[in-house]
Amino acid sequence: MLTIATGNKAVAAAVKQAHPSVVAAYPITPQTEIIEQVANFVARKEIATEYIPVESEHSAMAACIGASVTGVRTFTATSSHGLLYMHEMLHWAAGARLPIVMANVNRALGPGWNTWAEHTDAFSQRDTGWLQVYVGTVQEAYDVTLMAFRIAEDERVLLPVMVNLDGFSLSHIMQSLDTVDLGDFIPPIRLPHAIDVNNPMGYGPMTGPADYFKFRWDIERSMRDARDVIRETEEEFARRFGRKYGPTEDYQCEDADVVVVSMGTLGKEAEVAVDILRKEGIKAGSMRLRWFRPFPDLDLKGKEVVVIDRDYSFGFGGVVAASIKAKTGIECYNVIAGLGGQEVTYDDIADFVRNRKIGEEMWFGVSE
Amino acid sequence: MYEIRIHSRGGQGGVTAARLLALAAFRDGKYATACPFYGAERRGAPVVSFVRIDDAPIKIYSQIRNPDMVVVLDASVMETVDVLQGLKKGGSVLVNSEHPHEFPGFVSHHVDLTDIALAKNLAIAGTPIVNTPFLGAAAKLGIVSFESAKQAIREMFSDERNVQVAEAAYKEMVI
Repeated sequence: MLTIATGNKAVAAAVKQAHPSVVAAYPITPQTEIIEQVANFVARKEIATEYIPVESEHSAMAACIGASVTGVRTFTATSSHGLLYMHEMLHWAAGARLPIVMANVNRALGPGWNTWAEHTDAFSQRDTGWLQVYVGTVQEAYDVTLMAFRIAEDERVLLPVMVNLDGFSLSHIMQSLDTVDLGDFIPPIRLPHAIDVNNPMGYGPMTGPADYFKFRWDIERSMRDARDVIRETEEEFARRFGRKYGPTEDYQCEDADVVVVSMGTLGKEAEVAVDILRKEGIKAGSMRLRWFRPFPDLDLKGKEVVVIDRDYSFGFGGVVAASIKAKTGIECYNVIAGLGGQEVTYDDIADFVRNRKIGEEMWFGVSE
Repeated sequence: MYEIRIHSRGGQGGVTAARLLALAAFRDGKYATACPFYGAERRGAPVVSFVRIDDAPIKIYSQIRNPDMVVVLDASVMETVDVLQGLKKGGSVLVNSEHPHEFPGFVSHHVDLTDIALAKNLAIAGTPIVNTPFLGAAAKLGIVSFESAKQAIREMFSDERNVQVAEAAYKEMVI
């Protein structure tokens, strides 16, 4: 059905259809609308979900873990400081191999107190063992939330998935949304290591170095297998519902001399910049990085690369640029832009490309 | 692409006005986005929201810098905010006001949305609802069709008075 919705409402619509057994969540700007919507669905008995209002995000994730370990589908949503408050439990969810799905509405971290978009919140959780995907449209927020449950619950993965959407610029924008008749796209959840609540027994004893090491390797093996599962899921989604996704969204990249790599809504704005640059005779392309964990193989050989980082690792550099250099060896022009919701327009992005200095870092609006 | 910037005060329903307009444009078969600019605003503080309407998918998320049209839902914001900032040459201004305003170089429209709302007792916590009558004015200006305007209102509100005030604004506004 074709309608119009915010990014938050699109996520909630997908959650309703995925129909988790348990949702435990705590409100935080700009995520609140997601869990408000889900709470509404529960209150109106449109879904038979146990909604657990908790006193903190740490408890939200702990409750999801407790529910998930019994083998049921679970969902939560958070943002920024809420995500950081979950940090310990995020490691636990991945380590316990629990296919929890969470929407994280990307928001800057205080101080200064700021509720606008930035990716540092999620990037600071990149080593927790969660899969991370970043979306760029309302439609994609819906589609990817549906796919996230199937990917997380696949027995080759059994890891939690974090769906990231830009605070306000995507969470609160209204765009068209085509909801699907889901059918059996998400198979029933089957957790091989689910505990039997009717047969209590000891669980999670001390694990020695040898076994612990194997568990860690097993997480990485599943992360590697997740690439196949993601591809298969996206292909199956395209077959059933007609919308295609991949590890990156490439726009005019094939014959491009210079490619802008970015994430989230900036990646859509970058496509407009590419159109402008092409008219000037600059063969530009845009590559929107969608999956961050597992990190995809990027085909950037022979291109000049401009990376926009809506994040920063202090004392080191932009996280995306550093990741690309580590994985491909490519030196890029690293633009740090959009922190704390800083306005970055297609004209600005076109300027980044025109004025690129490969090997250098530029803080937009600060170090120019 | 047609770009509209809506000025209002926090709590006045400017964001909903943007969403209603986008929904109506969408029902016309166009692509549309409504994006509020969320600042650290409070009830009563001047706020802006944006609507883009196009025949092709819209990829722009940044704020509108050079709108084709400016809508002022509360004329008093003009005392502190330059509502004409960046407005395209020859662009239009719609002010919720009982009397006309002069904007040299621009096309000026006015309609008393507040009076229309109060005539139907349409208010929340004492604040007159001006966004649903606004949609009638937007239809009169040809931004969306009148049918889609009414449909959008019905999709978002169950109180039929919201449609009646849109009809009243559509009739009352002189173009």
